[in-house]
Amino acid sequence: MLLIDCPWCGPRDDEEFHYGGEAHILRPRDAAALSDEAFADYLFMQQNPKGPHLERWSHNHGCRRWFNMLRNTATNEILEIYPMGEKPKTEAGQAAYAANWRRETAAEKNALSGEGS
Amino acid sequence: MSGQNHRLANSGSIDRSAPLKFQFDGQQYEGYKGDTLASALLANGVHLVGRSFKYHRPRGIMSAGSEEPNALIQLGDGNRTDPNLRATRIELRDGLVAASQNRWPCLKFDVGSVNNLLHRFFPAGFYYKTFMWPASWWLKYEHWIRRAAGLGKAPQGRDPDRYEKTHRHCDVLIVGGGPAGLAAALAAGRTGARVILVDEGTLLGGSLWSDLDCTIDGAPGLDWVRATVAELQAMPEVTLLIRTTATGYYDHNYLTLLERITDHLGTAPDHLPRQRLWKIRAKRVVLAAGAIERPLVFANNDRPGIMLASAARTYMNRFAVTPGRRVLVLTNNDDAYRTALAMHAQGVRIAGLVDLRAQPKGPLVAAAAAAGIAVHPGQAVVATRGALRVSSVEIMKLTADGAGVTGSARKIECDAVAMSGGWTPTVHMFSQSGGKLRWSEDVSAFVPDLSVQAETSVGSCNGAVSLVKCLKQGLKAGIEAARATGYKGRVTAAPNVGEPPQSDRRDLWVVPGKKPLGHAGKHFVDFQNDVTAADVHLAAREGYQSIEHLKRYTTMGMGTDQGKTSNINALAIMGEVLGANVPGADVSRVGHTTFRPPYTPATIGAYAGRNIGAFFDPVRTTAMDFWHREAGAKFEHVGQWMRAWYYPKPGESLRQAVDREVKAARDGVGILDATTLGKIDIQGPDAAEFLNRVYTNVWLKLAPGRARYGLMLKEDGMVMDDGVTARLSENRFHMTTTTGGAAGVLDWLEEWRQTEWPDLKVYITSVTEQWAVASICGPDCRTLLAELCPDIDLANDAFPFMSVREGTVAGIAARVFRISFTGELSFEINVPRRHGLALWQAMMEAGEKYDICPYGTEAMHVLRAEKGFIIVGQETDGTVTPSDLCMDWIVSKTKVDFVGKRALARRDIVSADRKRLVGLLTEDPNEVLPEGAQIVEAVQPEPPMAMIGHVTSSYYSPSCGRSIAMALVKGGPTRIGETLSIPLAGKTIRAVVTEPRFFDLDGERANG
Ligand SMILES: [Zn+2]
Repeated sequence: MLLIDCPWCGPRDDEEFHYGGEAHILRPRDAAALSDEAFADYLFMQQNPKGPHLERWSHNHGCRRWFNMLRNTATNEILEIYPMGEKPKTEAGQAAYAANWRRETAAEKNALSGEGS
Repeated sequence: MSGQNHRLANSGSIDRSAPLKFQFDGQQYEGYKGDTLASALLANGVHLVGRSFKYHRPRGIMSAGSEEPNALIQLGDGNRTDPNLRATRIELRDGLVAASQNRWPCLKFDVGSVNNLLHRFFPAGFYYKTFMWPASWWLKYEHWIRRAAGLGKAPQGRDPDRYEKTHRHCDVLIVGGGPAGLAAALAAGRTGARVILVDEGTLLGGSLWSDLDCTIDGAPGLDWVRATVAELQAMPEVTLLIRTTATGYYDHNYLTLLERITDHLGTAPDHLPRQRLWKIRAKRVVLAAGAIERPLVFANNDRPGIMLASAARTYMNRFAVTPGRRVLVLTNNDDAYRTALAMHAQGVRIAGLVDLRAQPKGPLVAAAAAAGIAVHPGQAVVATRGALRVSSVEIMKLTADGAGVTGSARKIECDAVAMSGGWTPTVHMFSQSGGKLRWSEDVSAFVPDLSVQAETSVGSCNGAVSLVKCLKQGLKAGIEAARATGYKGRVTAAPNVGEPPQSDRRDLWVVPGKKPLGHAGKHFVDFQNDVTAADVHLAAREGYQSIEHLKRYTTMGMGTDQGKTSNINALAIMGEVLGANVPGADVSRVGHTTFRPPYTPATIGAYAGRNIGAFFDPVRTTAMDFWHREAGAKFEHVGQWMRAWYYPKPGESLRQAVDREVKAARDGVGILDATTLGKIDIQGPDAAEFLNRVYTNVWLKLAPGRARYGLMLKEDGMVMDDGVTARLSENRFHMTTTTGGAAGVLDWLEEWRQTEWPDLKVYITSVTEQWAVASICGPDCRTLLAELCPDIDLANDAFPFMSVREGTVAGIAARVFRISFTGELSFEINVPRRHGLALWQAMMEAGEKYDICPYGTEAMHVLRAEKGFIIVGQETDGTVTPSDLCMDWIVSKTKVDFVGKRALARRDIVSADRKRLVGLLTEDPNEVLPEGAQIVEAVQPEPPMAMIGHVTSSYYSPSCGRSIAMALVKGGPTRIGETLSIPLAGKTIRAVVTEPRFFDLDGERANG
């Protein structure tokens, strides 16, 4: 029974929340250009680490807002909560982000193509 | 009545002015207020209280606490009966009726005890070895095992009692009201912190009620308890909970407590719940759960009359009951000397004090000698005698290494044995919190090591042996916990404590007998599940070397007591067998089993609380519900909704009613309560763009006032929901969803809006509850509506199919949609919910001259199936794509993207092998296929057969005059014209594959 600090409502029991799976899975911009296998990395594959995990939650039975969370899956310690659309700011969060195999996938590169150009 | 012949004349904290009568196994006894059932039975000289699980051996009361493995009791009768209660925790009350368990026909003569004579056939792993073959007989075996083994009887009917739940926050939660817990509460409470202290017993003070040889600040320990409790009770922010067990310790300092409110009262006042489940979120937790004394594992150590030395002391000092008149004490440590001295002081004869240690010394040993108690150092009990109660023991001299005995045996007469094998810290809560344990040589048990939550263990659950340490640790943890939550306060000084000092233990995990282990009597480790030291040896020899495997193979620790008295003994014996002389030598090799909640057995009713019956799941009803009930409708559950299923006339069957309703909807005018469909209001400049992305078809150019059917996919391309969405104005849409999918679709849209497209200006609001909807259809429905709706031009040109208008119906502001789920000319009239019943009644009144017919969900299903309209969740199951439904027409080829688009191009999705939607017409037109039936190409004499599909919808169609069905079949439309088989139990039905449409194939009727 986690105690989750909703950025909008404050600490609330996890009964009020909905777990939304791994965070920072970018949706391909030109999915047609991806092979089935490369697209499957986006569509099906998720991390399952023992330790810090970047994931999405929504305060379903509260303000209904989505946000990102860094949670240690082994201890359930919540290490960071940050808004949708942003990247983690803590060292552990940045390390978890960088260590994810997804960063190297064609699906993610496809999603980022054209960004910033 | 035998009288309380084992009650001491003075002492104890029972209320002698309040004698109570009670019944045990049909016999009348007397006890006092303040007794437990166990202490009252002992006061009457009753030790025999149960038969063991496997061997049906006679068993007595072993402990004075919740760790009791033997004295399991069934209380009450009928649906209030409660099995597996521990006699040591049942408060005596007048008129209590208790029964022993696991015996037939009676305790003193038990048929099952033949198992004891057959013990060679009941080795470790007995169930696994015996009942492996053949698998089909397992049900019979299980029945037999349960009958023979039965631990009490569950009530048959509904629990008549009421249970409640409550939620609390606190600064400091303290588990355990012994000296350490009270000290922690005192230190924390004095700062003003919000403190909850919980104890499973009826009295706060813990061991101080038993250990009367301790003083605090020069006065009896109980004086300190009384003063401390009084001070705590006066603190407004402190809550003291007795008769309350901390059952579970979960993440982020979330704990559950189970409070027994009326169990001790007998008949409870109506206004009180029987039990209350507390759900606590604590900023800090202090665990002061105490320790449990270990039995010694010696030959036939299970006879009634053999109990823990600390329990004997508790019965003496708290309950003024002596367990016997000639008590033998067997120990490996100093603590049992306190029991011997306490008994001696009360005039109870000590038959002997057998000490496993070769040269015990120290003040307690000296005091025993001075009192004239016969101490037998370096000796062991090698045998016990007595059929239903211990009557004598034999002792022999231990060899120097303790592995064997030498010399000749000496018999000592006794009627009770008090044994002590040391103390096991109660680390259950700590371990549940996720904390890591370490092996402590000091106490030969696991103690808390690394905390992972905001928690501190203090006192004997932390391995502290002396009272002074318990108090000091408690005071320190209390003030630190309070300070950690922001309170300020001074450290409470530790009091001066007087207590007997204690020297070292000698751990002999198996006390040797006269013959090798297993050959002369049984050395019980787990008393409740009848697991012996020989069983542990056998399991180890057979290769069960993980403690988790040992547990399951021998059933050690799997009883209702979860091995509270047996776990350490079992794993230490295991450690010896595996070559490590103590578990500490190689903890990683033995380790410990998982501590799981609840700490003691808990009533399921308390976890349900008030969420039962009508409160289990809310029932949603429509504004017209009252009318449907008056009309005698039958109802069905659709999600949480109650929907009118059909409206039978007197004597009508379901089929007859549905046939009539369908006919009326096709030939005259039918009316359906369509309120339950999900309705979502979507607004904003980007609303059309948003819909364009979540639906498979195009939405940007839909004109205001027009509506469109839409199919929503998951990102994997599978159909998720469908419905008609209308554009009310440039920036506003009214979306409908399936009844069951409404909440999920709302969440889905919100997720995409917030997480993927935060740049879109769009707002999504559920309006399902805001509208009541009456859907009318049939050739006469336009004429009927025209009578009630003067301000909307209902002509085909002015109000075409798939459009929406606003106006009034029966004087009520309404949104009218011209859409159709029946294939007929149809209007869906939406009015504010509060006017729903008025609208319905007006329609029924005005419709009387057209023979308006209300129809329910069953007729609705038939009407839509005749037209081949799918129902999401019936034709689909999360693995069905639009193409599988032969609905490729609704998937835009031109849109660059929509949710699910790329997945539709995946190899497996475009495979020709997929199941696709077809119609099925049975050869016998009156045969209605069962939904879910499997379809085969060729029937084999017996399974297995290659199954190529299944029936999704199947009805008798009055409009077609025959049965119709829809099915998902491999190859789909390519099979049209083929005859397939549907093998059922006892018969096979053959059906021809058709288009999944059966009526009004050119779709003319919707134009009216
Ligand atoms: Zn919130």
